[in-house]
Amino acid sequence: MNSGEFWSMGGYARFVWPCFGFAFAVLLWNLWSARRFLALARRRTARALMMAASERS
Amino acid sequence: MSAGVDVGVWRALGLVLERELLLSFRRPDQLLQPLVFFLIVTTLFPLGLSVQLSLLREMAPGVLWVSALLASLLSLDSLFKSDADDGTLEQLALSGQGLVVIVVAKTLAHWLVSGASLVLLAPLVGTALAIPVGAFGTMLASLALGTLTLSWLGAIGAGLTVGLKRGNVILSLIVLPLAMPLLIFGAGATDRAISGTSTGGALYLLGALCVLTCTLAPFAASAALRITLE
Amino acid sequence: MWTWFYRLASPPFVYRVAAAASPWLLAAAAAAIGYGVIDGLAFAPRDYQQGDAFRIIYVHAPAAWLSLFSYTIMAVAGAIALIWRIKVGYAVAAATAPIGASFTLLALVTGSLWGRPMWGTYWAWDPRLTSELILLFLYVGVMSLRPAFEDPARGDRAAALLAIVGVVNVPIIHYSVQWWNSLHQGPTVAKLAKPEMPGSMLWPLLSMLLGFMLFYGAVLCIRLRAEVLNRERLSAWVREAVKS
Repeated sequence: MNSGEFWSMGGYARFVWPCFGFAFAVLLWNLWSARRFLALARRRTARALMMAASERS
Repeated sequence: MSAGVDVGVWRALGLVLERELLLSFRRPDQLLQPLVFFLIVTTLFPLGLSVQLSLLREMAPGVLWVSALLASLLSLDSLFKSDADDGTLEQLALSGQGLVVIVVAKTLAHWLVSGASLVLLAPLVGTALAIPVGAFGTMLASLALGTLTLSWLGAIGAGLTVGLKRGNVILSLIVLPLAMPLLIFGAGATDRAISGTSTGGALYLLGALCVLTCTLAPFAASAALRITLE
Repeated sequence: MWTWFYRLASPPFVYRVAAAASPWLLAAAAAAIGYGVIDGLAFAPRDYQQGDAFRIIYVHAPAAWLSLFSYTIMAVAGAIALIWRIKVGYAVAAATAPIGASFTLLALVTGSLWGRPMWGTYWAWDPRLTSELILLFLYVGVMSLRPAFEDPARGDRAAALLAIVGVVNVPIIHYSVQWWNSLHQGPTVAKLAKPEMPGSMLWPLLSMLLGFMLFYGAVLCIRLRAEVLNRERLSAWVREAVKS
């Protein structure tokens, strides 16, 4: 397949490329959202532990 | 373990069933509201789509079934709600008869009151939707099986959502996707009856769904109640 | 005898394993997906019926497979948690739900885009896509039920039960939708069926499938750690874990 055929996908470019684009976006969203969720959980946990420690002292 | 008189399982079932039916008939407005809703929703479709009689006949099974589904959903919310609110449900659960018996009795009562009455109204609605009288047998059989299955699916949903704020919205969200196969086979059977093709397959499938649900759902529904109540 | 199993299921163990595994899974996923995309887009031979449009299968099929796989994981984890009271199961179920739902959405969007050149319309109530849509509704149901409870533990249990009821329904839904669709035979120009698959077409597909699974595992590990933390906030082992 030459470069022209690659980008035009035999005329189906406007279906194929959005599909792969959306797939990439979904994968990225999963990674980003999971990392954010974990960071939030760690912050909340640290705060809860600090509060528990200060209550004890 | 048994907190009171030792009553057999069947007798307990009969007692709770009797209580449920008596309570329902004491509130005739609660009995009639889903039926009126059924009629109203069925009327919405021809009004919204403004079709001729022949097209109406084609839409009829779907319209009938969707309306029946939505009308049944209305009364599901209260399946366990009032008894859970005033603590009766916990008392019944502790009575030593086992939650499953209570759940079976309540769901059967629900079906007898709402589902069966939908089936009785169906010929009227069917005529309004131009369903030929020859298809009535299949229509009624499919509705009877379908509303029973739906009562059981609804019991699971009601058990899971009892006591939740906006519980009835989540109830519908949960129950409707599970009810889609029901809709497919029920409306499909009625459709085939109208067009004159064989309905055996669809009715058998509907029956199979009904049997499967009736066997498994009581345990799922009582497990749900145990989760939400304890 | 079962102590090793319960140790496997202990929150601190799961947390540590997930933390260690995640980067490796991600790296492996990147390799598999990278190869699959390049080979599938540039080198796999064109299908003679569907032309280059068939290449959409390289994202559509793995997404659809993963949407079903993660719903099953959600139900199985919930069942393990409910039946054997292994609490980590609730965390797994909660972590997997949004991932699975996003893949279901991906399957629907790519399926719809694939359908446009094949059927002439973006949505034709094709049995497989309709089943995917109903699966999305099932995901939304479970994801709405869990937070509706004030007591999160109760929410976990209710969501687990619903997922189990749902997973029993999935084959029923698939079959009934197929039955329904066979009654209304639409235009059979070219379905979303797999084209004839010589090796050169198949390998990138298998690689994409593997890559998506590995990716799912990597993201699950990350979410799982967060879910475990949220459920075990004040436990002794957490203090050490969060410091690092």
